[in-house]
Amino acid sequence: MTLDDMVRRHGSWLEAGIDEGPVVSSRIRLARNIEEYSFPGWASEEEKYAVWKQSEEIFNSLDQHYINWSMTDTPRLDKEILFERHLISQDLAREDDSCGVFVTPNECISVMVNEEDHIRIQSLQPGLNLEEAWRAADKVDDQLEAELTYAFSPKMGYLTSCPSNVGTGMRASVMLHLPGLVLMEEMDPVINGISKIGLAVRGMWGEGTEAAGNMFQVSNQITLGRREDEIISHLEQIVLELIEHENNARIRLMNDRSLIVEDHVARAFGILSNARLISSGEALNLLSTLRLGLDLGMLDQFSRRQLDTLFISIQPAHLQKLEAKALEPEERDVVRAEMLRDFMDNATEDDG
Amino acid sequence: MKCECCHEAEATIHLTQVIDGEVKKLNLCQICAQENGIDLNSPISITDVLLGLGAAQQSSLPKQKNMSEFDLSCSRCQMTRAEFKKRARLGCPECYNAFMGELSAITQAMHHSRQHVGKIPARQGNEARVTAQIAALQKDIETAIAKEEYEKAASLRDKIKALKCCVQRSEGGAQ
Repeated sequence: MTLDDMVRRHGSWLEAGIDEGPVVSSRIRLARNIEEYSFPGWASEEEKYAVWKQSEEIFNSLDQHYINWSMTDTPRLDKEILFERHLISQDLAREDDSCGVFVTPNECISVMVNEEDHIRIQSLQPGLNLEEAWRAADKVDDQLEAELTYAFSPKMGYLTSCPSNVGTGMRASVMLHLPGLVLMEEMDPVINGISKIGLAVRGMWGEGTEAAGNMFQVSNQITLGRREDEIISHLEQIVLELIEHENNARIRLMNDRSLIVEDHVARAFGILSNARLISSGEALNLLSTLRLGLDLGMLDQFSRRQLDTLFISIQPAHLQKLEAKALEPEERDVVRAEMLRDFMDNATEDDG
Repeated sequence: MKCECCHEAEATIHLTQVIDGEVKKLNLCQICAQENGIDLNSPISITDVLLGLGAAQQSSLPKQKNMSEFDLSCSRCQMTRAEFKKRARLGCPECYNAFMGELSAITQAMHHSRQHVGKIPARQGNEARVTAQIAALQKDIETAIAKEEYEKAASLRDKIKALKCCVQRSEGGAQ
């Protein structure tokens, strides 16, 4: 499979899940290092090359098929696509030598090699399903460990380049769509509260990204002194509370300002159906409004998953891959508007 | 809570600082935080904050002490303490032993713990498994005591004793 095929579809982790409302997806990330080498940020070129070669051999020997992108051979645009699809980090996309990613065809598992740590296993699942994401990550971890000696100490656990990951090396996170809390201006106190109980809130594409389209990632900060299942159940409990807060905010929104909300949704529909130029920021916000309208029963032409998929496919690199050429920002706005008009037209036709 | 710097405005920023291995909490208002060079808009990691503030503290120490401190380095990968503080990242697995002093304070501040209790790689021997088991039981004891379940706590304590005996016996056998 190539990226050209991939951009025309979505990863399995964006498949329709249970009726999860504000939840988009669940993610588990495990950071691991190989005992005999320095961490990638400090390792020599020879060491990094040895880690990369060893990883290639191991992944080739596994029963499960993995698609392999070495950052050395991957063009700039393709790296950006992998980033937009949440398969690699922005940091890895900037690198070239002796690093890359191994991805299962359904995109639920991706393993970055020589990012901040030698090995970063990521496991994605649709909806709120951290247990399944953990189970899959744990399995890959066991398979790799059968071939490698991990850096581990009985006291500090899995040793990582940054002490903020030491211990389990696990970051569990859930992506949530929280327009109700944002519109009711209750997001700041929620973020404050969450940060006080050892969790963090970030934007859609992780560390350092803004919360575009009212999408937020909630994750654990503490990785040492708690078991994986404790971390997961704590996060899950807080996510369930957040869902309740969001649903309450939506109820209040509908009680106090239902006409305003309907107006917002109708305008978003109008702009997405008719605009000739649209930036990704504006598109994300309008799609977020449609998703809210859908949840509130104001619309029924499309599914949540279709909208969630658009959040990714309207991104700059995806648009350029679909058009098969480099596009200036203004040109992208034209193509993006066209794509969204098509989507809205089809959705309305299907409805009729 | 009032800001600890100006004692006037409400403190909205709560930081944890490590000075000479001691964990110190700091509560500041937005204005004082900015004046002290803490930029809330940049995606700074807690490691950078903890290490950065520690480093600032270091530079105000007498020069001689500074030098000897910064000369220390990891025997395996040669990363110096100064480099570790600057990068906020470790060089290799052995650095965890070389910089144990700082790390102990940092992990306590970040994770409120100094003992791993999660997954253990299959290749790690029995010792790691038992250490983790003991740590997990110790946590359960704390919970039991908090809930005033003293009988349960006592039985957990006996389990730990038995595990410790096992470890000593197997260590004795190996020698």
